[in-house]
Amino acid sequence: MPEAVVNSIAPGAWREVALSDDEYALILELLGREPTPVELGMFGSMWSEHCGYKHTRPLFPRLPTDGPQVLQGPGENAGAVSIGNGLAVVFKVESHNHPSAVEPYEGAATGVGGIVRDIFTMGARPIALLNSLRFGKLDDQRNRYLFDNVVGGIGGYGNCLGIPTVGGEVFFDDSYSGNPLVNAMCIGIVTEDGIVRAKASGVGNLIMLIGADTGRDGLHGATFASVDDPEASHRGVIQVGNPFLEKLLLEASLELLTSGAVVAMQDLGAAGLTSSTIECASRGGVGAEIDVALVPRREEGMTAYEVMLSESQERMLLVVEPHGFEQVDAIVRKWSLHSSVIGRITDDGMVRVMDGDVVTADVPAEFFTDKCPTYVRPAAEAPHVVAARETDTSAFSDLKPGQAPAVLLELLSSPNICSRKPVYERYDHTILTNTVVAPGQADAAVLRIKGQQSGIATAIDCNSRYCYLDPHLGAMHAVAEACRNVSCTGGRPLAITNCLNFGNPERPAGYFQLDNAVQGIADACRALDVPVISGNVSLYNETANSPVFPTPTIGAVGLLDDVCRHATMVWKPGQSIVLLGAWSPVLGGSEFLSYWHDAVAGQPPSLDLEGELRVQELVRDLIGAGVVRTAHDVALGGIAVALAKMAIVSGVGANVQLPRTVERVDAQWFGEAASAIIVAVEAGDEERVRANAAEAGVPFLRLGETGDSGLTINGGKAIPLSALSVAHEHGFA
Amino acid sequence: MSQQVGVVTFPGSNGDHDAWNAFANDLGVPTRMVDYRETDLDGIAVVVVPGGFSYGDYLRCGAIARFAPVMNAVREFAQRGGPVLGICNGFQVLTEAHLLPGALLRNESLRFHCDWIHVKVENRSFWTSDVEVGDILRLPIAHGDGSYFADDETIARLESNGQVIFRYCDANGAVLDNANPNGSRRAIAGIANEGRNVVGLMPHPERATDPLVGGADGRRIVTAALSALQVAV
Repeated sequence: MPEAVVNSIAPGAWREVALSDDEYALILELLGREPTPVELGMFGSMWSEHCGYKHTRPLFPRLPTDGPQVLQGPGENAGAVSIGNGLAVVFKVESHNHPSAVEPYEGAATGVGGIVRDIFTMGARPIALLNSLRFGKLDDQRNRYLFDNVVGGIGGYGNCLGIPTVGGEVFFDDSYSGNPLVNAMCIGIVTEDGIVRAKASGVGNLIMLIGADTGRDGLHGATFASVDDPEASHRGVIQVGNPFLEKLLLEASLELLTSGAVVAMQDLGAAGLTSSTIECASRGGVGAEIDVALVPRREEGMTAYEVMLSESQERMLLVVEPHGFEQVDAIVRKWSLHSSVIGRITDDGMVRVMDGDVVTADVPAEFFTDKCPTYVRPAAEAPHVVAARETDTSAFSDLKPGQAPAVLLELLSSPNICSRKPVYERYDHTILTNTVVAPGQADAAVLRIKGQQSGIATAIDCNSRYCYLDPHLGAMHAVAEACRNVSCTGGRPLAITNCLNFGNPERPAGYFQLDNAVQGIADACRALDVPVISGNVSLYNETANSPVFPTPTIGAVGLLDDVCRHATMVWKPGQSIVLLGAWSPVLGGSEFLSYWHDAVAGQPPSLDLEGELRVQELVRDLIGAGVVRTAHDVALGGIAVALAKMAIVSGVGANVQLPRTVERVDAQWFGEAASAIIVAVEAGDEERVRANAAEAGVPFLRLGETGDSGLTINGGKAIPLSALSVAHEHGFA
Repeated sequence: MSQQVGVVTFPGSNGDHDAWNAFANDLGVPTRMVDYRETDLDGIAVVVVPGGFSYGDYLRCGAIARFAPVMNAVREFAQRGGPVLGICNGFQVLTEAHLLPGALLRNESLRFHCDWIHVKVENRSFWTSDVEVGDILRLPIAHGDGSYFADDETIARLESNGQVIFRYCDANGAVLDNANPNGSRRAIAGIANEGRNVVGLMPHPERATDPLVGGADGRRIVTAALSALQVAV
């Protein structure tokens, strides 16, 4: 043990870095001595849920992560799948919920910055961003402020970087009031042999830091996410983003990675220099010694502790062969940045932090990573959730037949269904000129890959109301819907990334949700044959002991063999409208029940994963064959809303008869079900589609035909397109 | 012989790839990136100042970029009559550098705005030599500071000299308030200098050169470069 270390851990000081008494006892046992203050801070960050996955690591082995297309599964900065022709797609989703709750603009902006760094650290050029946002209801001024500024922050950062934001979702429910969810996903492209891993190697190699100088911003960011009420106690920890600097860092990093001089690269995210150094060393099975005195600062008088735990943004750690230093430095300077050598790789497996001559930390790297305790907590479903699910939805009074069209217009203008244009028009979605299907046009975004015939489709989804009522079923729905949305544009889902946003896992009700949702993701991924290649966890999403809806956000990426053969929601006059897939709509967990009766109740729609797989395959095949160019899945608001949206986007009406599989008017119009996709086809192709559906074992039901300037449902009075559009467009006003 | 399109890149430029792609790939003409530290435009026949957030838009959009070393060369190039196209942030840089009059203010909505819009070709210039006056083009916009402003006298001079090159309009060519996405004075989307060789505009023609990604109307603007490059169409 180093002599220079000063032991001065006050009793209970570990609780300030969110370590339990038992965890501190474990640290004492591992070290055989008291930790130094710097070491304690490092343990606090590395053993946080954010870095250490204490509650989720035991659940992860359930998730399928393999497949012939998988080039990199979980465990790196991001996952990667092959898309053929020697190219790979790299992607990941990550949360920035707690910072966004405190300072929404910067919280959301730095969330984008973090996920983009994860992608280019892999050697991939970022080509698209998506996001999944959840807020409390907009009649509350604070929620409206959070919504406006989160959207502003996402746009502010992504637009400046020049990466298009091509897709996403926004959902409102009171459970998110004061605790918004901000999940950002980034997709990059790289040649298969250009993928870089953050695995340090080569004893004597230099550890370099490039990008921003280090300040006091973001101290304890990783641990503060594990405290119930971050806003009350941690105002000062918010990081501030500088997308201009990140753009330079992006270009410099990609050039550095092709130079051959860089052995490993790791971005500085949560727990800053601490986690990047430890993770790099730990993955490579080597040690690292760094000197905080060599770290460029933006503030005077920073301690070793502060330098190690700062979460200043736009920084990157490099491992460089000594002879490559000049080359690296020249590239960094070319991009108007500066670099500093702050340490070197060692062979003893220790992470040693010097402050000049003083040793401030000296701990085996594996203590921070492999020795992080994990927890399997008691799980018990909350009785009020059971009661909500067992609510008899038939007890709600049905709509009168003549009432349904007016309710449709109301639903179209409701916050969870109305047009997202006021959101996505604040994001640059045309830059890089790859956006084949833009936001608002289809269930997923479609991107071309320049020089290739193929393209990719991507969507991000989660119906968290279903997850609240039944976490296992709801998580299966999230996977199925994300993949269905990709399939509706013609993309074959290759893999997913997930972001597990949950409440406190130390409560049995919280752990029950987490445990069951992970199982649901695993079950759906196996059935649909899509591996999980990356992900992120955000727990303790609660305000005043009230958790958010369990929200396992699923981002899916799929491949189109021919990007010109894709589908959107747009239909043309004179086409036949067909519903593919079984149709047994229910009110349980529906948007209608929530909006109209203010009830989150009932059994959510069942999900037959085999039927789901069949309908997705059928629709993809029909799109690939050029028969179907119009497809849209039935989701929030049921079949009437789905048809209305298609009519609005197309500027063409329709005359349809809704399936009479249910008696109730409300369920017939607005009931929800999974695995159902509406397609429009030329009348001459209808029989072929019917035959293909029969062959595939997929139910086929003709709903009607397109045309006219209004939407006529069940032979009623036509609702003018203009009325539908006006309702849909002004939901946020 | 001058044969290259030069795409000027400042720290923070992000439309440089799209400009390069439009000229080099879609048009197939020799194109090179011109670093902001370069002081010599030898071999460059056409200068494009692309979109982005040069110097992070700090201080004021384009205010720092105008002092970059390359801008002296761009100024001399423009004064010799060389064709210059400033797109979005490039337009802002050209106004800050006084190669074009006026300024681009924050959008009237105070928000960044990305959409496909229509502009009407109002007058001839180097960059509108392959379109007709009165043509309506559908192009993407993506900016937070695109509200064109100049004092009354300057606006009057621009109008009487025919230096207003593009005006926002609806799909039918009608210049209406609700077709003006950012509150620009007189719905001005793009202007030229007196020599008609320097044009700045907020919409992105370089992002609209392929129907697969939304439209190809922008191609009719970028093809103007061919005449300066002396390449057969």
